[in-house]
Amino acid sequence: MPPNGLAILVIDENRIRASIIEAGLRESGHDNVTVVHDITGVAHTIAAINPDVIVIDLENPNRDVLENMFQLSRAVKRPVAMFVDRSDSASIEAAVEAGVSAYVVDGLKRERVKPILDMAISRFNAFSRLTRELEEARSELEDRKLIERAKGILMKSKGLSEEDAYALLRKTAMNQNRKIAEIAQSLVTAAGLLGEDE
Amino acid sequence: MSDYQITAGLMPLLDSALLVTAKEKGFAAAESVDLSLVRETSWANIRDRLAVGHFQVAHMLAPMPIACNLGLTPLASRTIAPMALGLGGNAVTVSNALWNEMATHGARADLDPAQTGAALKAVVVERMRCESPLLRFAVVHPHSGHNYELRYWLAACGIDPDRDVEIVILPPPLMADALGAGTINGYCVGEPWGTAAVAAGCGHIATVKAAIWKGSPEKVLGAQARWAERHPEALTALLRAIYRSAVWCADPANREELAGILSAPAYVDRPAAWMLPALTGAIQIGDGATVQVEEFFVPQAKAATFPWRSHALWLYTQMVRWRQIAHDKKNEAIARETYRPDLYRAALQPLGVALPGANAKVEGALRRATPVGSAGASLTLGPDGFFDGSLFDPDKIDDYIASQARGRA
Repeated sequence: MPPNGLAILVIDENRIRASIIEAGLRESGHDNVTVVHDITGVAHTIAAINPDVIVIDLENPNRDVLENMFQLSRAVKRPVAMFVDRSDSASIEAAVEAGVSAYVVDGLKRERVKPILDMAISRFNAFSRLTRELEEARSELEDRKLIERAKGILMKSKGLSEEDAYALLRKTAMNQNRKIAEIAQSLVTAAGLLGEDE
Repeated sequence: MSDYQITAGLMPLLDSALLVTAKEKGFAAAESVDLSLVRETSWANIRDRLAVGHFQVAHMLAPMPIACNLGLTPLASRTIAPMALGLGGNAVTVSNALWNEMATHGARADLDPAQTGAALKAVVVERMRCESPLLRFAVVHPHSGHNYELRYWLAACGIDPDRDVEIVILPPPLMADALGAGTINGYCVGEPWGTAAVAAGCGHIATVKAAIWKGSPEKVLGAQARWAERHPEALTALLRAIYRSAVWCADPANREELAGILSAPAYVDRPAAWMLPALTGAIQIGDGATVQVEEFFVPQAKAATFPWRSHALWLYTQMVRWRQIAHDKKNEAIARETYRPDLYRAALQPLGVALPGANAKVEGALRRATPVGSAGASLTLGPDGFFDGSLFDPDKIDDYIASQARGRA
């Protein structure tokens, strides 16, 4: 049996995040990894692969369903009953912060499980960061488009240069303690209502 | 200016009302509590986030803090229940197909648990004779009032919950869909998730918690014990705020507003009309029929927020009955001590709130509303009867456990 022969089950409704986790596990030498996106039929999967470690995202509403399966001997041959090491509160907290929870077979050595949990935590965190950055990039792009349109409206209606139009937006934003994009949004909306846009 | 920062976890259920209004109607702020509410997706998350300290308190299933302290859960911190969040509020809903079968065996549209239970028993027997698959019922959690009252009802009607039917776990918001899809034949859940199936036209309410055991415990305020010990003033302030919100929730004049508040995306996130049956007791049971249920959900009257030790002990006896834990005096004491009427009294006595004279009562002893001796103001308790007429005397717990064990192989 290879040194990392643990059977690992990843349950995540988010396919992209699940594949990031799976890749991380494979990179660190775990090749017995099963990924499921849907809890339906997971009892059969658990019975079939007999996992040593189960990783599930905290957003999954089926955690109570899963935990109950652990208590039913017919679904799981061995008791899967621990959230890693109960005494390792820092690790537990980091996991909950990251939005992941893990269950391990009772009696499994901590040093064998810790790297798996740490990996899951860091990949969950990386995924959240990536999602946040994408979101920010998207809203930044939208802001820029709005400001362009607002400048166009001002240039047309007030006969301003592009530079002056932008200066007016910025000054208004500063005076009202709001973001330029918000001022631009109001202007575009108002212009739309008054039929002055485009 | 707020002196106490408290974050509470809650699940999207009608009985989160006391916590939700504590924030939304300003009762928390009036007690200098800056209360943040976080809606969660599973009871496991509530438990874990309480354990790691993201939450100081939470909307919890009444047996959950006991299960945590008994070590029945994968992750748990010492948890106390210093207050209950009302009484009742659940219903048993069955699919239209199962209801029709039950109706041919004498089930009437009156929510009577003995009658519908006998009809269900007849259906179960017939299905066994035809070697049909077992009926499948869902509850929200193994350590829940739903699980225990469903099992109590089934067992009292001669149906073995472990052998004659199958009981599975499902999240509340998914129940009605599962019933509609035919994955389950029935379920026991808190409102508005029974009403959800009736609204969708796929279910029929067969009986209600208030009929199986009147005035019975359902949700509590669970608090992390370590936090409560370190911040007694904050807990006191929160208990006072929640008590005031219980009084507000109990006022019929506030029902429409409360339904509106609960329907918001941050809370139950479903139509306000779905909240009204539980709040008014006018339960729409299916096929356009409405049954008026006395005390379907009790937010404040009848000492509804008092954490009775007899409630804790009854829930414990059901953990024993369904083999979730072995009975011994140590476990019994852990269950009893989880509920903290002492903290409730200390917080509410100065407000002149009507308090029960004792911390435990014989459950099922009051057949009608009864004025009781209480400290300060007047208080009425009961009725609190089980539908099968049995009694639970917390001083005779061994006898009760033995009587429930009899008749089981």
